Parts: sequence; structure tokens; C-alpha cells
Amino acid sequence: MTTVPMLELRGIEKSFGPVHVLSSVNFTANAGEVTALVGDNGAGKSTLVKCIGGIYRVDAGELIFEGTPRSVRGPRDAALLGVEIVYQDLSLAENLDIVQNMFLGREEITWLRTLDKNSMEKLAQQALASLSVRTVRSVRQLVASLSGGQRQTVAIAKSVLWKSKIVILDEPTASLGVAQTEQVLDLVRRLARQGVAVILVSHNMNDVMKVADSIGVLFLGRMAAQVRREEITQTQVVELITAGRSGDLGLSPAESSGAAA
Amino acid sequence: MSAKTDEIVEQDEPEVLEPVEGLAALGAYTRGYLARVRGGELGSIPALVGLIVITLVFAVLHQGFVSAYNIEALVIQAAPIIVMAMGLVFVLLLGEIDLSAGTTGGLCSAIMAVLLVRHGASWWLALVVGLIAGVIIGFGMGWLRARVGIPSFVITLATFLAFQGVTLILIGGQGSVILPSGSPLIELENSFLPLWLGWTLLVLFVVGYAAVKVNDALGRRRAGLSRAPFTVIAAKVVALAAIGVAFTYEMGVNRNLSTNAFLSNKAQGMPWVVVLLVILYTIWHFVLSRTRYGQHVYAVGGNEEASRRAGVVVARIRISVFVICSGMAAVSGMIAASLLQSVQSNAGAGNTLLLAVGAAVIGGTSLFGGHGLVIDAVLGGLVVAVVINGMSDLIQGANSAGYEWVVTGAVLLLAAGFDAVVRRARAG
Repeated sequence: MTTVPMLELRGIEKSFGPVHVLSSVNFTANAGEVTALVGDNGAGKSTLVKCIGGIYRVDAGELIFEGTPRSVRGPRDAALLGVEIVYQDLSLAENLDIVQNMFLGREEITWLRTLDKNSMEKLAQQALASLSVRTVRSVRQLVASLSGGQRQTVAIAKSVLWKSKIVILDEPTASLGVAQTEQVLDLVRRLARQGVAVILVSHNMNDVMKVADSIGVLFLGRMAAQVRREEITQTQVVELITAGRSGDLGLSPAESSGAAA
Repeated sequence: MSAKTDEIVEQDEPEVLEPVEGLAALGAYTRGYLARVRGGELGSIPALVGLIVITLVFAVLHQGFVSAYNIEALVIQAAPIIVMAMGLVFVLLLGEIDLSAGTTGGLCSAIMAVLLVRHGASWWLALVVGLIAGVIIGFGMGWLRARVGIPSFVITLATFLAFQGVTLILIGGQGSVILPSGSPLIELENSFLPLWLGWTLLVLFVVGYAAVKVNDALGRRRAGLSRAPFTVIAAKVVALAAIGVAFTYEMGVNRNLSTNAFLSNKAQGMPWVVVLLVILYTIWHFVLSRTRYGQHVYAVGGNEEASRRAGVVVARIRISVFVICSGMAAVSGMIAASLLQSVQSNAGAGNTLLLAVGAAVIGGTSLFGGHGLVIDAVLGGLVVAVVINGMSDLIQGANSAGYEWVVTGAVLLLAAGFDAVVRRARAG
């Protein structure tokens, strides 16, 4: 993969008042790959994700989409650039069915300005089929009747439907059982295979080692390291998360001593 | 891993090829429907069953209950409740409440009556001004809720009290404004469609309903999607036609006992207000079920945060439902004025609102937001009207009014309790 990364962050800085949350963070995510973003609580994962999604504006640094630096002023800008964030709480309305949820806010309408339910239903079915989803019986089921894994599936399929280029998954397996976790990880890989740059935010080392092609470790607001999965062991990742360094990898002793803040 | 996962998946939910037509399809459709009912999507079933049961009870206890005269009385009594409940469905869908719908209706009808009687305005001008007043009131309350952030309970409790005062001031010392006889405003509830027109409109309505349903099914077939079997559509059309024919026939019976060979002052045909009810139902049902706006109302009621993230302007939706509710309350107030042929200084106060909220909730609209249909207002309104009408026949004596209030309150509490229990079942 020597092509231009789908997303590249350079020297991202973000403070909330006196609190320096992100300092000179570099990060890349390639199309067709799963890039894991890991780090302890408070390391700045959520803040970084929200900066990419346009919910926060960065204080300094560049967001480069497919080689072009862009300014992301709000969620709309991010959406136009093809960024989709699947939040942990999924953002689904339980009283609506799968199709209605997938098209929420972007409903198709006919020339009479009525909802084009048939074409929406077909597109939803196609999106699910393209991910080989067979866990969902009918796309007219209410989300209230779906299991956690099925809901995650719907939320991910939504990003396929909208042809998102960068999909950020926030802890997608946090509340799932073993079988459903497998299903969702499978789905994550299939999503990447479609040419999407998937960013997986996770606490779960097993998941990360299983599906990620590249792993970025945040430590106290700094990017300790971003390395290829095959070049690192799980123990090293854990060390990076907890201490900010592991052997040659990671931050210098001065940086990792906690003086970052 | 992939093969293993697929195995698990297949055990989870086997793929079913459902038959498209015939008895097998009907069976599959019925099974699907029953599964949804078991899942807590009761829809109109409780209201429909309740309506049939209590009607039968009153019919057995009281001879004249299902007479043409009493059915007509039921319908014109139910009309203002149903119309107000239709508006309340929108507010309830967002999990909000409008406690002032009753007094808003009273105020708007007072504005209309005062313009008409004391200022000599034409009836349609008075009507339009009254409606606009309702819309402005709704906008104001919606704005206070959405932009200022006052809980709707408090805003509408305040306006509930204040509008009662404004109505009292407008009507003044006389205690009521009598609407001029012969005004179209009175005819709405007190005069009847010619028989031929009633039957024609019934045919148009049933044919229109069938056309829409068949068109939907054909559209889904063209798109290659699963659809309701034609047998189901046919059954629904026949059921609708049967109810319509029974009602139209019953309303065709002369209800004026003093008619004879010399006096032809017959009271026959359905009240005009029925046409208004059907039109309002059709409009709002269309808005909720087939427009982007309706979709967003449900979405905001189900998950406000998700809707906001999806780009829905939540504040605009919130304001709009209050506008619809108060506008419909104004219509309801005018229907009530037509029924009474006057506007009292206490118009819309008392239990007006409770009956309408009760109607929506009995019909199946949730007080917790996200679940509700316009038909709920119609069925629930009929249930409420039947209970009130039936009781006034049954309970006689000095304290009858007291008992009626107690029973009405109990029915409302029962419906709200049912709503809460169903909601828990849905969540669990």
C-alpha cells in the first residue's frame, strides 16, 4: 500500500481551556484497511474521533483527505468528505424499522414529495446483502426487536449505503457476546474489503489484533506509535498503552513520564 | 472463522421463502402479524376490542343505545374529542404534552363567536381568524419549549389557566355568545348530508382506499419486494365497506319522531361533521405515514439525539407539532361551539382536554413518545364518547355527574397504565 492514505492527520493539537488533550498527533488510515485506534481512558481517543467527525475543531494541524488538506468546520463538512461515525450508542431510533433508520435524515422522495419507501427498502436490502448480512430477516423489522449485534450491523450497513469513505467505529463490540462479536468483526473486515478506510476505536486487544492492519496507540494525548499489526505483539501494544513506550517503540522517556499534560 | 460465523448465523435465523398469494400467503401474513402483536406492537387492537365490548354492554343494558338517534348523538359528541385528539397525537409522539389544548380551543371559538356576533364579521372570516389564533398560540408554546427550554407541562399548564381567563374576559358578563341560527358554523354539527351524497362519498372513499392499497402492492411487486397478499387487501376493503354501509344506512333512517304526512322535517343522513372528520383523518394520516416530515416526527420521538446527528432540525419539528396541536384544538373548539350552538365563558375548560388525551391514549398512542397513529384518535374518541353517552343513560339521580367524572378518570388511568405496561414489555 504505497498509495495516498484516505485520511492523514498531521500535528493535530486540541485543548479545552487549560487542558491540552491532543498534542501533535499524527495518524493515517488507508483505504481497504482496518486501522485500530487504541489507548487508555483519557488518552484522547474520543477527542481525536470527534475532531475527524467535525464535532470539535482542531486548534492546529492538518486533516488531509486523499492527499488534499481540508478544513472541517462541522459534522456536515465531515459528512460531505465521506466520514461516518458509528457511535457506541449507535444513534438508532428504536421505534423505527431498519430501512427508516438507515435513511434517517436522507430519505428518498418521489416526484410527489412522498416517501419513496420501495426504493429505500431495496437499497437497504442491497447494502445489507453487500456485507453478506444474513442475520436480519426483514428490513421492515423495528430496531427495538433487534439484538445488539444486529443493531451494530444496521449501523455499519448505513455507512455502506451512504458510500462513506472513512468509517469510524466506536467500541463496536463493547456490549456484545462471543458469537455476535465474531459476526461484527467479520462485518468490519468485509467493510474494509469494499475499499473503505475503517477506523476501529477499541479497548479490546483480542479484537484489535484479530482485525486491524495497522494500530495507532494514543498515550496521554500523544500518538505513542502507529505500526503495522504484523510488526508488533499484543504485549508491546499493551505496554504502549500503559507506559507510552515499549523498547524502541513509542515516546521518549521524557515525553512518556506523564509531563505531556 | 468466516465459515463458523455463517453457521451460527444460519442457525439463528433460517431464510424463509414466503409464498406470495393464496391461502398459504394469508397464513404467513397472519403469522407475521401475530408475531408483531406478541412483540408489543398492539396497534389498534385494544381500542377496537374495547369499543366493541363496551358498545355491546351498553346495548344490552339500555335498549335505545344503538338506535339511529343515539348513534348520531354519539358521533357529534365524539367529533370535537376526536379532532382535538388528532392534534394531541402529534405532541404525544414527541413525548410532550399540551394541557392547554382544551382552553386553546375554547379561546379560539370565543374569538370566532365574538367576531361573528359582536363585530358582524362574516362566518368564514371569523373562522379563519380563530384558526390563525390557534396556529399562533401553538407557535408561541412550541417556541417556548424548543428555544427557551421550559418543560411543555409547565408552559401548557400556564396557558391552560391564562386562556380560561382570556375567554372569560372576551365573552364578558353575559356568560355566553349565542351563534346566529342558520349559520354554516351551526350546520356542521346540526344538519345532515342528503342521502345520495352520503352514499356517493362512501363509494368514493372505499374505492379510493382500495386504489391506494392496490397501487402500493403493485408498486412493491414492481420493485421486487415482499408485499401483502391481495386476499388481505380485499378483506380490509370489504371490512371498511361493510362498516361504512352499516353506518350510512343507519344514518339514513329518519330520526325525527314528529315527521308525518304534512310535515316533512325529516332528520336523516349523516352529520356534515363526519365529512370533516374523514378529511382531517386522511390529511394527517398521509402526513405522518408518507412524508419526510412525518418520518422525522417519529424519529425525534424515538431518539432525539440520533435525529439530530442525522441532520433533522429537532427544534423545528418540536415547534411544528405544537402548531398542529393548537390548530386542531381550534378546529375542535369550533366544532364544540357548533354542537352547543354557542360559546360559553368556560368553553374548553373542565374535562375537555382530559377526554381528548384519554382518547389518544386509549387509541394506543404512547405518553412516552414515538408510538402513535391518527386512527388512535378516532377509535379512542369513539370509546370515550360511548362511555360518556352510555353512562349518562345508566347513571341517574342526584350524583350522576359525580359518578361520570369518576368513571372517566378511571378509564383514563387504566389506559395510561396499559400504555406503561406495554412499553415495559416492548423494552424487555
